[in-house]
Amino acid sequence: MAVAERLGQVPAEKLRNWVWQLEVCNACRYCEGYCAVFPALERRRTFTLADIDYLANLCFDCRACYYACMFAPPHEFGVNIPQMLSEVRRETYARYALPAVFTRLLASNWLAVSGLLLLSALFFLAVVAATGDPGRLFEAHVGPGAFYRVIPYALMSGPALVLSLVGLVLLVGGGVRFWWRTRGSVADYVSLGALLRAASDALGLRYLTGGGAGGCTYPGERPSFARFVLHHLVFWGFISAFVATTAAYIQQDFLGWYPPYPWLSVPVITGSLGGIAMIVGCAGLLYLKGRSDREPADAGLLRMDTLFLGLLLLINVTGLALLLLRETPAMGSLLVLHLATVFALYFVLPYSKFAHFVYRYAALVQNRLEERREAARAGH
Amino acid sequence: MAGEPRYDVIVVGGGNAALNAALAARHHTERVLLLERAPAWMRGGNSRHTRDIRAAHDGIPRYTTGTYPVEEFLDDLQRVGGGRADPELARLVVRESKTLFQWMSEHGVRWQPALKGTLHLSRTNLFFLGGGKALVNTYYQTAARMGVEVRYEACVDELLLDGARVEGVVVKRDGAREVLRARAVVVASGGFEANLGWLKEYWGEAAENYIVRGTPYNDGLVLRLLIDYGAEVVGDPRAFHGVALDARAPKFDGGIVTRLDSVPFGIVVNQHCQRFYDEGEDFWPKRYAIWGGLIARQPGQIAYSIFDARMLDQFITSLYRPYEAPTIRELAVQLGLDPEALHATVETYNRHASRTGTFNPAVLDDCATRGLTPPKSHWAVPIEVPPFYAYPLRTGVTFTYMGVRVDERTRVQLKAGPPMANLFAAGEIMSGNILSSGYLAGFGLTIGTVFGRIAGREAARYGRG
Repeated sequence: MAVAERLGQVPAEKLRNWVWQLEVCNACRYCEGYCAVFPALERRRTFTLADIDYLANLCFDCRACYYACMFAPPHEFGVNIPQMLSEVRRETYARYALPAVFTRLLASNWLAVSGLLLLSALFFLAVVAATGDPGRLFEAHVGPGAFYRVIPYALMSGPALVLSLVGLVLLVGGGVRFWWRTRGSVADYVSLGALLRAASDALGLRYLTGGGAGGCTYPGERPSFARFVLHHLVFWGFISAFVATTAAYIQQDFLGWYPPYPWLSVPVITGSLGGIAMIVGCAGLLYLKGRSDREPADAGLLRMDTLFLGLLLLINVTGLALLLLRETPAMGSLLVLHLATVFALYFVLPYSKFAHFVYRYAALVQNRLEERREAARAGH
Repeated sequence: MAGEPRYDVIVVGGGNAALNAALAARHHTERVLLLERAPAWMRGGNSRHTRDIRAAHDGIPRYTTGTYPVEEFLDDLQRVGGGRADPELARLVVRESKTLFQWMSEHGVRWQPALKGTLHLSRTNLFFLGGGKALVNTYYQTAARMGVEVRYEACVDELLLDGARVEGVVVKRDGAREVLRARAVVVASGGFEANLGWLKEYWGEAAENYIVRGTPYNDGLVLRLLIDYGAEVVGDPRAFHGVALDARAPKFDGGIVTRLDSVPFGIVVNQHCQRFYDEGEDFWPKRYAIWGGLIARQPGQIAYSIFDARMLDQFITSLYRPYEAPTIRELAVQLGLDPEALHATVETYNRHASRTGTFNPAVLDDCATRGLTPPKSHWAVPIEVPPFYAYPLRTGVTFTYMGVRVDERTRVQLKAGPPMANLFAAGEIMSGNILSSGYLAGFGLTIGTVFGRIAGREAARYGRG
């Protein structure tokens, strides 16, 4: 099992400390009302690295357990579950991604991502230069097909399609590896009930509510729904933008209506609503992260979160600027800039914080399956 | 008089009783100061290790099962307290406990639905979400929002007493002393269980071997000041609530996780390898609190729980790994016991253990020893399947019973003369009025919340004249 060995590379002393903390939890159990992690922990008497990977991705980092813990530092027991699980989560993003080295290279490295941005921008500038008069970059274009007079459609959508498909395959691959390793079996997928309940847990951000405590203890020890609301804005903003892209694709390729689309059209309305939601959500989350308590945090994961949110913010700001200034001579430059950020994001997607939904969903499904097995046992 | 006092009410202490006193006082008056001796990270005294509160109720959907009438609560109290409690105060706390769910909810406390593995307390006790530290955090946040002033690392080392009145307190911090005057003072500063020197006055050097389960700050300084001033004492000074803990637990503040539930599943011997008490007398939740005292009376204040491979999964995981060996003799060597003596004790026990009964940890089963002294009344099956396991046990002191007498307004009673006019007491420092032996799970918080609330209200009313 070469893969299993490679996935299991964690220094023995570190693993011992993680297991110790989880055993303190298991002997206490005061936190079992907060989220799914603690009931899942109570189903186990011993903890392997695979168990810890699973628990880490079941954790939404609400931090309630840290502030409620009598044994948190500076207590000599040194229990800091959110920090430990954040560290493990960051590690799982690297260990399960394909190829893993890209996560370590791209996930939290602004220099590498800036390089990617620059390369993408150079690519589109080269496209402009190679497909006609470069001066058109600085002229106003209006009417159907205006954008494609700056960057030809095939060169805009072709690479994007390839990158996103490859990204999707890599994400699914990581998820399958994770599922296999954390004791799931293929047969488990058959449970539609578990898949649906886990989807509802994920879409409802069930574990960012503090189990009825009035939100998660974030950025400080007072419960708040701020993070819950902002995360919803980012997610549903993303979905809205996806709807916009799909609608634009249908309008162009099936109905033959070429962009730019009027203000009162499905792509523009859903796109701009989604964009605004993501801008507010990303900016808000970045603000909260800036103010957040560093004690229960993992510095590496914080950098990873910040980079992904920053990139997403940049895309939406450039996208919205493009929409507002699409009839001015600034359109060409903004289009290049926007496309460069989109390409950079597509490239880092499987190695960024974006990947968290794959592992989290897999963990939520596993949790629902375990709950069902436990209930079945209790029923007999 | 040194002019107008700076505060209406000063509350000495930072746990559940003190917080409730401060909140209640703040409802009735403006200038309330709470003095917590511990640093902020360790605020809350022993309340930070609690999990649930006992309260009479007519059924609270979602959070309790069934109902818990006042009369039944009083009966339960009567049974454990042996009838030595002040009946008026006992009735007061039980009656008032019915209002706690609403009061606590209004002050920000969130609850946890009745769950599994909670010592069958889901009918009589309310579980707050996240346990005691979360409770304490919530109260501190509510206090801050209501405008209660809080100071940490503020150790009260003098009460400004004059006849039947208190004028204020003196706080020591970083070597400097500061006089703080108030119209009324509430003392809610806990017992003296963390003061090993004081425990030694009653228990001798044996007290050195006790483990203190909670905060190291409960050294009873304020209780001592009151006793020295002539406050009337209630409760046996020797009495404490003590449980069996893993001997490897830290000296202070190991809390809930160092407890051990293995006793009924094997035998317990002292350092001479002799058994000394019926390990299977009753269900563990009903017996765990007597084992602290039992171990305290053994030589060296240490004991060893011995069991075999069949029992390892019968009880809730504990924090430390048990000692493990293929034979009883080798186990004894690991524990530093005489191998032959331990072997002989286990052999003797095994000869008298039940071979025909049906072992069942869920009931008081029919596996009892025959002709053995002391007997083991239930779950007495032979210890014979290797590997063999052992946990070392010590006495873990949870709280002390001795306190000061109070009246129904929680005014501190002096041995002679009228009660103190403006000095009130709440929580562990006066719990001996209601409970002087035994314990009901979650009752310490009931006392602290009910009397904290009364003390805060009375202190504020006095402050307003």
